[in-house]
This record gives sequence, C-alpha cells and structure tokens, in this order.
Amino acid sequence: MNDISTIRVERRRPKEELWKIRGWLSKRSYWMLAALGLAVPLAFWTLLTALGSVNRVFLPGPYDVVHRVVTWFRDDELLADVGISCFRVTVGWALAAFVALPLGLFIGTFRAVQAALEPLMDFVRYLPAVAFIPLVMLWVGIDEGAKIAIIFIGTFFQMVLMVAEDVRRVPMAQLEVAQTLGATRSEVINEVIIPSAKPALLDTLRITMGWAWTYLVVAELVAANSGLGYAIIKAQRFLQTDKIFAGIILIGAIGLAIDQGFRLVHRLAFGYLYARS
Amino acid sequence: MSAISCRRVEKIFGSGRTPVVALKGVSLEIAAGEFVTVVGASGCGKSTLLRMIAGLEAYTGGEIEAGGAPVVGPGADRAMVFQNYSLYPWLTVMRNIKFARQLEVHIRDRTSADVDAASGRADALLQLMGLEQAADSYPSQLSGGMQQRVAIARALMTRPRILLMDEPFGALDAQTREVMHDLILHVCALEGCTVVFVTHDVDEAIYLGRRVVVMAPRPGRIDAIYEVPLPPKRSYAMRHSSEFLTLRAQILDRIRGTSQVRTDLRLLEKLSRRAAS
Repeated sequence: MNDISTIRVERRRPKEELWKIRGWLSKRSYWMLAALGLAVPLAFWTLLTALGSVNRVFLPGPYDVVHRVVTWFRDDELLADVGISCFRVTVGWALAAFVALPLGLFIGTFRAVQAALEPLMDFVRYLPAVAFIPLVMLWVGIDEGAKIAIIFIGTFFQMVLMVAEDVRRVPMAQLEVAQTLGATRSEVINEVIIPSAKPALLDTLRITMGWAWTYLVVAELVAANSGLGYAIIKAQRFLQTDKIFAGIILIGAIGLAIDQGFRLVHRLAFGYLYARS
Repeated sequence: MSAISCRRVEKIFGSGRTPVVALKGVSLEIAAGEFVTVVGASGCGKSTLLRMIAGLEAYTGGEIEAGGAPVVGPGADRAMVFQNYSLYPWLTVMRNIKFARQLEVHIRDRTSADVDAASGRADALLQLMGLEQAADSYPSQLSGGMQQRVAIARALMTRPRILLMDEPFGALDAQTREVMHDLILHVCALEGCTVVFVTHDVDEAIYLGRRVVVMAPRPGRIDAIYEVPLPPKRSYAMRHSSEFLTLRAQILDRIRGTSQVRTDLRLLEKLSRRAAS
C-alpha cells in the first residue's frame, strides 16, 4: 500500500555548493579552505628558500623571520617597539575620531555644513600624507607629536567623509516618524540618528584603524628612534631583510587582532543585528 | 469643525525656469473621526498631500489646518505610519511602541499616574495588535505584517487625534493585507481618531474609507470624491457586494482616464508583426 505515512524518506546531508553563486558551505569546509589559503603560500615560501634558489638577502626563509622575532624580543626591546607604535597609532587615530565623529555627524545632518566643509575635505583627502612631513616637522617639531600628527592627517579626512556617509544612510522614514511623534531637532539627532548610525560608525572606526596602521611606517620616518616602522626602515639600511619581514608580519598580526576585537565588540554591542527569529 | 481642512493648497517643486507643479488648488475638508482614503495614478501627489498635512513638507500656496491650527511643521497631534523602514531596529517591539514616551513634548507635566497609565496603554496596544508574543523581539525578527502592526501601535501610543497613513500595507501580501484592513478599522473606531489613508489599491480604498478621494496627475489635483455606499461596519462579504463592485469600476475608470501611463496595444501588435516578418 502506498499510504503516505509508510513512504520512507531518505534523509540526505545538505550538499555543499562550492561553485554556486553565493552558495552554501559547511563550517568545516570553510575553515579547511581558510587554513589551506594560509598554508599554501607558507609552504611555497618555505620550499622556495629551502631549495636555496633565492638569495637569502632578498628573501629570508620563515625560520629566519621567526628567529629574528625571537632575538628581537630577547636582545632588542621588541615589546617597547610594539608598545610605542601601538601608542602612536592609537593616539593619532583616537584624535582623528574625536574630531571626525561630531564633524561628520554635522556634515551628514545639515546641508549647510555639508556645503561648507565637504568639498574641502574631499580636496584634502587626496593630498598624500607623506607630503605633509616637512610641514609637520616645521609646525609640530620632531617629537611624538609629529608622528601622531602624520597618522592623524592620514586618517582624519577619510574618516570625516565616511562618518558623514554613515549618518546620511539613516533611513529618512526613521527620522520622519520621530518628527511626527513630536521629537525636537536635538531629540531626532540623539534618539534616532546616533543610535541608528552606531553600528556603521563602529565599522568605520574599525576600517580607519587599519588605515592608521598603514601610515605608521610613514610616521616613523620622522626622526624616530623606536617603533616597528622605524625598525623596518633601519633594517633596510643594514640589509636585514629578515627583520623587515618580521616587522611587516608583526604589524599585520597586530592589525588582525585589533580588527577581530572590533568585530567582537560589534557583535556584543549590536546584538539586534545578529538576532535570529 | 473639520479635523483637517485644506484650502486651495498648492505645491511647486523646484524654482527657476522649469518648476514642477505637484499639486494645484486642492481643497478638502475632513471631519473629526472620519476615515478618508486617497487613491490616484502615480504622480498625482497623493503622498505629497499627506506629507504636507503631516508637516513634513512645506506647501507653497493655500492653507492647511489641523485641529483648527495652521500646519507649520510636524507635531505630536498628527502621527504618521510609513510603508516600511520606519521601525527602530535597535529597539525591541515594546520599546519601539513606547518610543514617544521619552520625548520632551510627552514628558512635560507628567505625573506618576500618567506613567502607570502609559505602561497600561502600551500593554493594551500590544494586545490589541496581537503582539504579546513579540514584545521582546527585535523588528528584524518579525514578518512584514507584524512590523506594520508595531508601527501602527507606536503611532497610536500617545493618542494622536489624527493618524496619517502612507501606503502602510503596500509591501504586504494580499492575505495579510486583508487581515490588517479589519484590524485597522477596528482600532481606529476604538480610538476615535481621524484617519487619512493613502493607497494605490482601489479595493483597499473602498473597503476602508467612508469617503474615497480620487486624485489625478499633471498637475496633481482632486478629481472626484466618492461617498462609499456601505454600512460603517465593514465585513469581508461586502467586498463582493454590487455596491462595492460598481464603485470600484467607477473609480478605476476615473483613474484610467486621467493616467497617462497606458499600454498601446495596437503599437505592440504592429511591432511584433514587424519582428515576425
């Protein structure tokens, strides 16, 4: 008999969709591919140097780099370099955020402020931060302030425009609802625009933090005698390619850690974006 | 006295050589407690008219009065429900509904008894809208129909005398929409508020409205106003009554007559014949 309840349905595992556009992938496969994506270049690098086909002065092996990190840590104050670089990047970036957040909020909220400031910001952000080094030395001097100023210049103008864009993206209907419920102008800004834009603003802070790190080496061109960027520049002078590699990889690792930290904060602070029914 | 009165209202967009006349000579009196629907071809300015009554858009000529006072901007006496994207995703359903309670206008002269009454009202609205289960959910976890229930409850929270609705069910599927029709009629009768409801759906306009205002484009104007010959308490069966269907045909003809968007069947046929040969 073909009673519907007697038909046995074979349960299949969901099929992986490797090449389907925006297809589905199991967690296991995802992490396997991610590990592979890191392991293959590393293996290639190891092989290339182990075969001795490339001069070590141009391309040190992974072992040399790790060894350099260890000796740097043991004999050469690695932690101090990391610390001072983190300090410079964080302070430069935080100062930029301190000014860019309110300014961007005003640019994105009031057309008059946008008209007055946005063209200027658009102009300045195309100026290369490196070109400001002589001016910064002239105006700020050659102390910590100079390094922080370079990082500030590199990140601030981009950040303002991104903040303004985040603020502008708040749906008009959200603002208008508040207005028809009787909200004043400052209430619309405080109760709707800011909370609505917050997740996007945190993303902007995360992305600009990355840019702040890319300006580190440039900033430490200015009369520095410590820091990761400075170490890279000095290593170049002594042809210590392994140290250049070590410095670059350390900056990358720190950046990755900070980025993941931001993402974690995002998930914790804006749970509603990750809520599932 | 009319709850809303528009006299020779005019709206001109832009200036200079090619200003666009969006609305011209619109006069409309709406009695307190009346449910009026507005339909018309796209571009007839029905949403613009509603937004001007809400105070979200300025009018360039004529007069609009709400509750006896000229409309100069948005106010807590005129709540508005939008088609979508108006809920605050960072607030739970309950806190969305209570949003207006934290605003200055509603805090003035408030006593602790008022606070108690407000919590009671929020609970009552939650129940009335069938949202008890969803009180602690976030908007993103709800279906489109549930989201609009929240939006309506939020608008009603502070007992506005006028409720303005801009295609609130436009994004819902047909079945959900029918459920929402009976709900909104019930709730508005209970609350006793004056409703102006803009839609492009003629069936919806007849089923909900005591009067149907038909608008025409270029320039936006009121083309005709129909009294709906149905008892005030509507029910599903009336959708198939001859009065309903006759009025429906009349209004559709009227809109078709003024709409400039049409398919030229003869031209299509000619073109396809040419393509075939």
